[in-house]
Formats: sequence, structure tokens, C-alpha cells
Amino acid sequence: MEPFHTVTGPAAPLLAPNIDTDIIMPKTFLKGVDREGLDVGAFNLLRFADGKPNPDFVLNKPGYEGCRFLVVGPNFGCGSSREHAVWGLSQLGIRALIGTTFAGIFNDNCKNNGLLTIVLPPETVAMLAHYASNPERNTFTIDLAQQTIFLDATSEEIMFDIDATRKDMLIKGLDPVGVTLEHADEIRAFEALHKENQPWFF
Amino acid sequence: MKTPRTLYDKIIDAHTVRTLDDKGLILLYVDRTILNEYTSPQAFTGLRKAGRKVWNPKAALMVVDHVNSTAAHRTDRMPDAGGQRQVEYFAENARDFGIELFDILDKRQGIEHVVAPEQGLVMPGMVVAAGDSHTTTYGALGAVAFGIGTSDIEHYLATQTLVYRRLKTMRVSVTGPPAVGITSKDIVMEVIRRIGADGATGYAVEFAGDTLYAMSVEARMTVCTMIVEAGARGAVMAPDEKVIAYIRGRPRAPRGAMWESAVESWHLLKSDADARFDRELKIDAADVAPMVTWGTSPDQAATITDVVPHPETQVDVTRRKADLRALEYMGLMPGTPIASIPISHAFIGSCTNSRIEDLRDAAQVLDGRKVAQNVRAIVVPGSTQVRTQAETEGISQKFIDAGFEWRQSGCSMCLAMNDDVLKPGDRCASSTNRNFEGRQGAGARTHLMSPAMVAAAAVEGHITDVRKFRSGA
Repeated sequence: MEPFHTVTGPAAPLLAPNIDTDIIMPKTFLKGVDREGLDVGAFNLLRFADGKPNPDFVLNKPGYEGCRFLVVGPNFGCGSSREHAVWGLSQLGIRALIGTTFAGIFNDNCKNNGLLTIVLPPETVAMLAHYASNPERNTFTIDLAQQTIFLDATSEEIMFDIDATRKDMLIKGLDPVGVTLEHADEIRAFEALHKENQPWFF
Repeated sequence: MKTPRTLYDKIIDAHTVRTLDDKGLILLYVDRTILNEYTSPQAFTGLRKAGRKVWNPKAALMVVDHVNSTAAHRTDRMPDAGGQRQVEYFAENARDFGIELFDILDKRQGIEHVVAPEQGLVMPGMVVAAGDSHTTTYGALGAVAFGIGTSDIEHYLATQTLVYRRLKTMRVSVTGPPAVGITSKDIVMEVIRRIGADGATGYAVEFAGDTLYAMSVEARMTVCTMIVEAGARGAVMAPDEKVIAYIRGRPRAPRGAMWESAVESWHLLKSDADARFDRELKIDAADVAPMVTWGTSPDQAATITDVVPHPETQVDVTRRKADLRALEYMGLMPGTPIASIPISHAFIGSCTNSRIEDLRDAAQVLDGRKVAQNVRAIVVPGSTQVRTQAETEGISQKFIDAGFEWRQSGCSMCLAMNDDVLKPGDRCASSTNRNFEGRQGAGARTHLMSPAMVAAAAVEGHITDVRKFRSGA
């Protein structure tokens, strides 16, 4: 997992509510057995029309090349558990998502892949969306250690909250399985007791 | 005195291996998983690369359901090369890691959320996590159940645990007798309409109230499955005698003295009388009418007697834009009566509504009637066992006589990952759970409703009120 320190780049607005994982990663891209080649799948039905880039889609417009951040509408990532949605966004170069609410499974998938999700109040998200919507003023810098979003356009700095464990995992790019397996003895002891109490589960 | 606890909290407490912070982050022991061929391969690859084993292969089951064909003649060939490769790698992983597999030719194959309860693999008091969002289904059996992504599947397989943040709790109480012809699908669609597609985000939902307890365990599964469309990260219902009767005698259910002990412990599984929920929602079942979605999010729904809404009446600007976009995609004009929208396809199936009772109910509507000329109607049983049972009961013949295609089991046109894909502009009355843009095929339009409503729409060629088909209604 790529550690997250400080990232600078353009932000784009995708403000519709309930952008689901079918939209983020359509079913035709779910037929692999690995995590590769999903950049083309991300937002595929919106990004391409008749096999060509759709000029109306924000990521295809001038000023959004190399987009690193998306300012998104409420409940982004709802629907299917497909982690392919997160793999695709990462492969497209997206490092952070900023919104008011994220769907639960999707949010966990982001955490497990080093994709930062930032939750802010609606008025702050609206302000960031305003700058993200202007391709000449849409450069943000996100510093995870400092928990800040810096706006190039105004030199304004916005603070965000993130839980300490999640922050630590993202900054260090830790392998969560390895971290848990350090407690293997504890899991085994719990399991033995659990089996004693409810042998029918085993 | 002990603090009163909700059922969700009791089950989570009983599965907490260790506390990871002071804000509810824990290492959660998980009793079971069910794996499918499309969300699991990368998890196994992760294990292989790290040289890790599966902690307890017996606590997992692998079922092929998403990519397979549902054509009447069953073979072990998948409709496309990608799906074929997924199924082959799935079998390789089952063999190498020692996990039981129900492959496509197995008589026990079917949609994972239909198969696991059918086998008696899910029991009250369990925690079940699996790589499919509709894992919430198992809440109907008194388990805390939720969907996870592929990285967490890998974490589960390697450690039997998940790093888990405790959820807030919401109780949804449905009370009173429903009107004739109202199904549990209508009830859950009404809940989603009221609280919105993110109304339960961050919550575990406990369903309560006499209405649902008067319904069958299968009907409750429909409710628990679909509440994920309101963002619920888990669902649970206190098990009653119906749940115990449902599990008794199933292949993986405990037997003898162990069964007696299990039942004794299951009787204790309920929220304390004075337990506090973070949110309460009360629904009077008498207020629920047959529901139909008109938009591209499951909360964009109306009753069958309503009209397609006027977006300008929507106060919230973001919602108004979303409604306009949805109507454009759906090709609908505001003010159109819902009960007049013509359909080209009718689909009965999915983990939400493909169990034997769903098929019986739809077949009753179809009895002696014919599918309208311009409609292609398909029924996909939830499992091979459901299919066999329906054939034994003569239900399959009713579908066939009416003009439905009688298919083999799988997820099929619910998400159209196999070859059951709609074309742009097709309009489908569907007993599934998601009406997202492109869900059943790029440019295709989905109207969610109960299986009986799908059957009625198939007969009339347009969406219609099933209540007029019901005897005694």
C-alpha cells in the first residue's frame, strides 16, 4: 500500500448524491482475477462515449489532467461491495475523496488501499467544490500528518478530522493482516473460549 | 446493575477479541464467511503472495453464483472467458486452501445468500461477514451480518477477525396488520423511501414489531437483504420460534444434545427491554402500499397509486438535480401515473426475492394468465434446491404456462455480470434490489418492486397494482 504523506494536484467536482460503485466501476470490468488494468474501468460509462473520451465529463475537461482529488456528493460509493471501484480510482491517480458522507463498505475499502476519505461539513464541502469547479483555481495540497487541505487559489488552510488508527495506517502504509497476526495468540485464546461457549458454531 | 444492551451490542461484545482504541475500534472475531468467484480471487492471491494460510477453512464456504449462465441446460462452461477464468481460479483456491466449494454443477449451488441459510450455515448469535453487500440477509436468522471488500476478505481468511468499528444502532419497528397483498419487499422499500439511500449509513439496524414477526423467515430475509440500500452496515432481528424451526434439521444445523443447548442460548438473544437505540423509526404497516421505484436510486420510489414526481417540488437543490437526471435516464415525464408505465422485460430473481415463497406468490398471480405479447419474462430461482422444489410443487409449470422462461439459479440479471444483460432503452419490472444507472445493462431502465408486482406487470405489459389480481382483495 502506498503511504500517504503530502499530495498536491488538481481537484474535480462530482457532486451528485449516491454515486454508486456500479457507476464507479461498471460490471464489464469485474471479470479479472487480479487488481490490474482497472483505470480504464473507472467511471467508464461517463468518461467514454462510443469509445472516445466524453468531452462533457469533468475529468476529460482542460485543467483536470492528472486529477488527484475528487470533491463528491453525499453517500459516495454506495451499493455493491466491489473493491474494484477503489482499485480503479487509485489507478486513475485519485489519492483522496472529500465529501459529507461515504458508504460504509466503500469507505473501509478506501482505507485498506491507501485512498484517503475526508469527511467535512456540507458548507465546507460546498466551498471546496466551488474551487474544484474552476479549472484555474483547483489545485489543492493535502497534508495527512498535519490534517490540512491547502487551497492554492486563496492560500486558505482547512483542517480535517481523521481517526488516529486510520491515519497511522495510511501514513505508514501498513499491512493490516500483518498487524493483526501479531495478536494471533490472543485470537487463538478467544477462539478456544468461544468454541467452549458455542460449540455448534464450529 | 448492568447497562441495558441492544442485541447488536450483545453479539458484538461476545465477539470482541481486543479493544483497539477508546472510540469503538475492536478486533472482531467472525464466525463465517461465504465466498464468491468475483470478489474473492484477489484475496487468495494476497494470501499466496504473503505465504499465508487460511485460519479456519471450515468456517468458509465457496459458491459460484455471479458470473454463471442461467440457461435451462446447465454446463460447467461460463458465458465468457473472464468468468471461466474466475471460476477455474475459484476451484483452484478451494482445493489449495481446503475450503468446501459448491461449484456450478452442485445440487446445492445457488445465490450465496439463499444457499447459506438453506444449508443451516447461519445461526443466531453469529457474526457473518462476506464479500457481498447483501450479506445483511442473515440478520433475519439472528446473526449480525455485513458485507466487506476484498482486502477484508483476505484479512478474515488469514486471521478469522476484522478490524471493526462499532456502529450506531437504529431500531425499525413495523407494527399492525398490513393491507391484503402487501409483501415484506413493499415494507423495506417504504423504509428506504422514508430514510433515504444514506439514512442508515453508519448504523446497524434491528428490525422489530409484530408485523415482521407475523411474517415468515424468508420474508424477513428480504427486509434484511435490502436494508443495505439505505446504507445499513448490518442488520439483525431477535430470533423467534419460526427461526428455530427454520434451522432445525438443516444439513449444518446442530443435532441432539447440542441442538438443545443451542436453542436454549438462542432464546436469550434479544435486546434488553430498556436498551437505548441511537435512532428509532416506527412504521404502521397499514400505511404501506405496493411500492415501485421510478428513479435510479432505491429511495426514488413511489406507491403504485402515485404519479412520477415533479422534481421542482424537491426543495433540496442537489436532490432536485438528481431527480431530474434520474427522470432523464429513466425516460419518464413528471406526472405520469406509475401504474401506466409500459415494460419490455420482467425479471423475478436475486438474493432479495427468489426463494420458494417468492416464487409461490408470483405464480399465484400468474395462475391461468399469460405474459403480455411485447414482454420478455424471466424467472431465476435463488438456488438449485429452490428450482427443484418449485418443479416438485408444480410452480415452474405455472411460470412456463404463463410464458416465463424457467431458468437455472444464479445472480443473473440483478447485476448482469453473466450473459443476462438488458439493452439500452429496455425497461424491466424487477424483483431485485438496485435500480442504479446501467445496473441491468448500459442504458437499461429498472423498476424495483415485489415479485408479485413483477408478475402482474408481466401480464398487463405495464406496471400495475397487483392487489386487483389477489383473490379476496
